[in-house]
Amino acid sequence: MSLLEIENLHVEIDGKPILKGLDLTVNAGEVHAIMGPNGSGKSTLAYVLAGKADYTPTAGEVRFDGKNIFDMTPDERASAGLFLAFQYPLEIPGVATMTFLRTALNAQRKKRGEAELSTPEFLKKVREVAAKLGIEQEMLRRAVNVGFSGGEKKRNEVLQMALFEPRLAVLDETDSGLDIDALRIVSEGVNRLRSKERAFVVITHYQRLLNYIVPDVVHVLSKGRIVKTGGKELALELEARGYAEYQEEVPA
Amino acid sequence: MNAEVAIIKTAAETALAQAFSQARGRLPGDDAIAKQRAAAFDVFAKAGLPHRRIEDWKYTDLRALMREAKPLAAPPDAAAKARAKTAGALLGDVETRRLVFVDGAFVPELSDVAGLEPGLAVGSLAEALSNGAPTLASHLGKLAPASDAAVALNTALMGDGAVIRIAAGATIERPIHLLFVASDKPAATFTRSLVVVEKGARAMLIESHEGPAGSDYQVNAALEIFVGDEAHVDHVKIIGEGADALHVSTLAAAIGARARFNAFTFTAGGAVVRNQLFLKFDGEDTVAGIRGATLIKGRQHADTTLVADHVARGCQSREMFKTVLDGEAHGVFQGRIIVRPHAQKTDAKMMTRALLLSERAEADNKPELEIFADDVQCGHGATAGALDDDLKFYLMARGIPRPEAEALLIRAFVGEAIEGIEHAGLREALMDAVVAWLEAR
Repeated sequence: MSLLEIENLHVEIDGKPILKGLDLTVNAGEVHAIMGPNGSGKSTLAYVLAGKADYTPTAGEVRFDGKNIFDMTPDERASAGLFLAFQYPLEIPGVATMTFLRTALNAQRKKRGEAELSTPEFLKKVREVAAKLGIEQEMLRRAVNVGFSGGEKKRNEVLQMALFEPRLAVLDETDSGLDIDALRIVSEGVNRLRSKERAFVVITHYQRLLNYIVPDVVHVLSKGRIVKTGGKELALELEARGYAEYQEEVPA
Repeated sequence: MNAEVAIIKTAAETALAQAFSQARGRLPGDDAIAKQRAAAFDVFAKAGLPHRRIEDWKYTDLRALMREAKPLAAPPDAAAKARAKTAGALLGDVETRRLVFVDGAFVPELSDVAGLEPGLAVGSLAEALSNGAPTLASHLGKLAPASDAAVALNTALMGDGAVIRIAAGATIERPIHLLFVASDKPAATFTRSLVVVEKGARAMLIESHEGPAGSDYQVNAALEIFVGDEAHVDHVKIIGEGADALHVSTLAAAIGARARFNAFTFTAGGAVVRNQLFLKFDGEDTVAGIRGATLIKGRQHADTTLVADHVARGCQSREMFKTVLDGEAHGVFQGRIIVRPHAQKTDAKMMTRALLLSERAEADNKPELEIFADDVQCGHGATAGALDDDLKFYLMARGIPRPEAEALLIRAFVGEAIEGIEHAGLREALMDAVVAWLEAR
């Protein structure tokens, strides 16, 4: 059984079809890149997997670890091991990052029937993960993402990913707005987590990120469908030739 | 004479008039006080209970909300006093000097009146009125606006309260806690307290109001605080009345020069609550933080009405009021900042935000600026809305179930106001009260 199975997925936002018959299968241990032009449905795919309201599936199936994800609330999906690194991480004034991380981690553990972490256990874990990502303790004391730079917000997403240890991580344009140093730190954070049990879906507009996070499979998403699938060389091809040919040849 | 419309008295107004005529002979105080009471009752009698056509009471129509006037509370019996021993639990382990009032009457045996810090004097208003204490003549009624109906009734019927004086330069470490407890007898209490903090003194005052659910008792409490030059005073009021109570309270303060003054009101209890603050910045270069958090649900009605009057130059005031409304609750905030002609360099900013957890809840916000000086920085902001769906989704996408995600956001919302309280223990106690409210939601 594959970790993620998407069959003929159709999704609408406010009655407007965005995904129009998307198929995707991701096995544990694999890194899939999804590339495509703006408006092709990349972020919609990310949000619908995470369970955002107003992203309405109208046909098709999505199974995560064999279970229909549309039967699960966003928090249930997260606890089951699905993680979305947001393209635009939200600022939450008044909620300290540490409180947020601890509440989230313990909620997931509780849902999975695991013991909640004690304060010292939790602090140790966060410090380890943060240190590897070059995240200062001071940043963790601030409110979630408030006053963070774009790069800090993305690093904070990767910090959460490392802390929650998901089975499937969907990275929605995690490279956007990152300078080259931040890109390297974020990519190293992802690469450290690569394992036989874990899979990644890396959504990106540019090939650059894939120099650091080398994918097993590359898909081209256009007009709501996967129109081409290949190896990592496909990304280089796209970088050289652009998306134009895929935008034109999609059948209606 | 013009053909004035005869005022038709409501049952409550008639009952109040009867209560006053019956009680005036035995209410404490000398002739001068008796005259003050009579004059105040006249003010009330002329206008009656305030209603929605009185601008300051537009959203809290007391004439409609107060169907009847309860009889004046009798002195508490032993059982009522015994029950009052468990009062004040909300404060948790915050160490305070308690002055306990049961049904409006001071109860010395429940109060910490021994071992007063140097510079601290405490007593009961009833006693001070009976003894003709000189502080009363010079201070009582000097700050609370006589024309306000609630204040007028309070002045006419005041029975007891606290009289506190803090000598110049004294620092009173232990917060002084005025603890007002209603017994299960549905009666009316009119308490009046007076606090004089002299030059350079430092004190923290907690005022809490609580009582049993299921009793439609009525509370009218007024507190006048004189804050001397260079004094530092914190006032925290906790309105935790029983679910069926009607609570009207007034804080009137005059703040001297180069002082620090912080006022906070936490409102979670009561069926109908009107919380009035009349603050006058009398001296230069004072810094003040006026904040509040209100959490109401069901059919609760809570009104905060604030007047911050900048008379002297160079004062800074920050006003922040947060209201969380669930069910069919009705929240009201009226805030008026006045900057008088001489109050140049005033820096006053008022922010009020309402968080609506239900589509049937209602929040009315009325911020006003009246500026008569030209070199000032003043502003206000008001928002009302539901919890942000995107924030909720972000938290849920991290594994936090919806109720917990909402609780986290609501705590953050009111936490921004509670953060302004300087006393760490009290901040924690109030955050615990917020959590308790959320869990009972």
